[in-house]
Amino acid sequence: MLLSDAMNAGGYFYLVPLVVIFPVIGLLINVFLGGKLGEKLIGAIACLASGLSFVVAVLLGISLIGHPEAVTISFANWNWISIGNLQLDWAFRVDTLSVTMMLVVGGVGTLIHIYAVGYMHDDVRHNGDPGRFRRFFVYFNLFIAAMMILVSANNYMMLFIGWEGVGLCSYLLISFWYEKGKDGIGNALAGKKAFIANRIGDFGFLIAAFLMFKAFQPLTANGVFSFDFDTVANLASKVPPSTILAITLFMLLGVTGKSAQLPLFVWLPDAMAGPTPVSALIHAATMVTAGVYLVARSHAMYSLVPVAQNWVAMIGAVTALFAATIALAQFDIKKVLAYSTISQLGFMVAAVGMGAYVAGMFHLVMHAFFKALLFLSAGSVIQGVERGEHEVEHDPNLRKRMKHEGHFDPQDMRNMGGLRHRMKTTFWVYLIGALALAGIVPLAGFWSKDEILAEASTLNPFVFVLLIIAAFFTAFYMGRQIFMVFFGQARSEPAAQAKESPAIMTLPLIILALLSIVGGFLNFPTFHTFTTWLEHTIQSVAEGVSGGEAAAGGFNFMVAALSTVLALGAISLAWYLYMRRTQEMQKLPLNQRPDDPLRSIIGPIFSVLENKYWVDEVYNFLLIRPYQWLSKFLAEKVDWAFWHDFFHDTILVRGFNGLTHLLSGPIDLGLIDGIGNFLGDGFKELAAQMRKLQSGFVRNYALSVFIGVVFIVGYLIIRLG
Amino acid sequence: MLPVYYYLGLAIILFTLGALGVLIRRNAIVIFMSIELMLNAANLAFVAYARYWQSMNGQIFVFFIMTVAAAEVAIGLALIVTIFKTKASIDVDQISTLKG
Repeated sequence: MLLSDAMNAGGYFYLVPLVVIFPVIGLLINVFLGGKLGEKLIGAIACLASGLSFVVAVLLGISLIGHPEAVTISFANWNWISIGNLQLDWAFRVDTLSVTMMLVVGGVGTLIHIYAVGYMHDDVRHNGDPGRFRRFFVYFNLFIAAMMILVSANNYMMLFIGWEGVGLCSYLLISFWYEKGKDGIGNALAGKKAFIANRIGDFGFLIAAFLMFKAFQPLTANGVFSFDFDTVANLASKVPPSTILAITLFMLLGVTGKSAQLPLFVWLPDAMAGPTPVSALIHAATMVTAGVYLVARSHAMYSLVPVAQNWVAMIGAVTALFAATIALAQFDIKKVLAYSTISQLGFMVAAVGMGAYVAGMFHLVMHAFFKALLFLSAGSVIQGVERGEHEVEHDPNLRKRMKHEGHFDPQDMRNMGGLRHRMKTTFWVYLIGALALAGIVPLAGFWSKDEILAEASTLNPFVFVLLIIAAFFTAFYMGRQIFMVFFGQARSEPAAQAKESPAIMTLPLIILALLSIVGGFLNFPTFHTFTTWLEHTIQSVAEGVSGGEAAAGGFNFMVAALSTVLALGAISLAWYLYMRRTQEMQKLPLNQRPDDPLRSIIGPIFSVLENKYWVDEVYNFLLIRPYQWLSKFLAEKVDWAFWHDFFHDTILVRGFNGLTHLLSGPIDLGLIDGIGNFLGDGFKELAAQMRKLQSGFVRNYALSVFIGVVFIVGYLIIRLG
Repeated sequence: MLPVYYYLGLAIILFTLGALGVLIRRNAIVIFMSIELMLNAANLAFVAYARYWQSMNGQIFVFFIMTVAAAEVAIGLALIVTIFKTKASIDVDQISTLKG
């Protein structure tokens, strides 16, 4: 009743600042009072903050049902920065696009918060620092706050604040275990890499913002430009297309940074160094989708420059295929999912690049569900194996059976196997997630990925080919992962002793699995609920980009059939290789047995994929080394040797010392003292001479008197005579 | 009466002798005598011109000079006696301890 009143009346739009404020309050409470609260309370506060944020998003969504046009709410009428022609305010925008993102961030975020309470309880003990629990949830809430700022912003600058905020939180959370990792610094380096790659993207965003100011400010009604979306959308057609092209291409650089596309995707696989809930929330469901959101938001500009759109689509498609091939050959369970994320982001970026905004956003939402599910389940698997490892460590019988070949990596799939018997719930939800990702009907991924493929088939055939091949590989590597992890025999003792995760972790998994199953019906063909929902924000959706049923997210039977056939084929191939072939290979002696059946088939190509095409090494050689050389040169030669040693020490210091010595020595002591001494000595001499007058001889005095009298009398006589 | 410049000449000669005596002689009493001589030379000049101008002023002034001379000699001789008591000599060249 209250809700329907809200729909009819003004709605709950005024509540929108709370989506940001609730997480901020949560993190402040944990920062200042968290020391005295126990783990349960810290976790509860964090989950509550995130949950309340989600509730507000739901209320906003409900309000939008009755009033689908965009509403902008200024934050306390606060005119934040107003300098000349520039004005920046904290203004929130409630429209169907932003509320979609808010619901995803809030909903999936809250589920991951709940999972993280259970996960981090084990993780901080596994890594030996229980006190760090609080810090995790402070950062987590900070992330939700920053992401909410990003998606609820009404202007590009507020969006950028959120954009940088999530970059910061990503850095903080990736290097959460900052003293661990390879050589005791690996995690910190991974965080640094993420931040720097994101920064390069931010640079692109800023250049685009500066260009926007230069181009749009003269066109505004009162000469003041505030970067808000409506102004940009309305005035975009009046700006010369070359400027729009420049703006969109620089913005694309920002997108490649944040959403891990070529060429700035290199940070995402390294980001797996962070705890698994971080990978799930930030690097699967939310932060990385910010780039896709940005392109969708800027559709007014992108639709004016087909060249830029083509670039976006191509980068997305090529990244999708590129990352999918790398994922085929990875052995770390999280790395496979990381490359899979890059690949799926490529799908989304390609979709919004082609103009299929609905398809892209739909896939964004679906992907959030099943990728978060997959990451969280992977975390569950990893912790299960770690529990098994703990069992083995404390049981001498089992310890004897374990092969001690160096450090045991609980994340390596080659150490897993047969876990479907030991971790049943995790197995089922993982299977659902994997099938959803592979695109098996009727799970969520089928509908969203199929929509993208359908759009591509009519809009951009080249992109379609790339994406369909990527879809094939996607299904293959997910099948590979399922068979390696859950089927067959346990390949190591800890895997044989693995234990299922507690309910606080498996419950969010189950919820996400249910969402992955039913999510597809959000935009079921002929109902197109989501399309209509987004229509209110992205006008081009309504009339369709290429016209007809196919454009507005229609259902293309041929494409659907093709993708399903390919997916099933890929999974069967994976079954053949990783079940049958592996069994045959077990019969070979240990030294001849390859660790992956694919290696024996495609040999050297497998090595290339396993080494991720040596992208990091190439970047290191081409970019990092020269940069480090340059900075060393500047620091050692220019700054230290030249400025410090030569200029400062030699010229300035020595010169100054010389000058002071000159001034103090010859001039002060010599000249000025000389003058003083000269005067003094002179007077002494004069006095010495004058002293001779005081001879003491009375007769001399008498003579002086006499001479004086003679002179005076003589003068008087001469003058007066 | 003789022309006045005869008396003036005599006074001048006497004065000069007295001045030379003050400057040259070392004996304190002789210096006093020379001073008396100078004073008397001045007296002579005064009296001569008093007669010449037929005025009493000059002669009155001689009385002043004689009085002053007498007082000064009294004091001076007392000083010399005191000095003799300390230095056993009245040679003015020896009274030179007040030198710079």
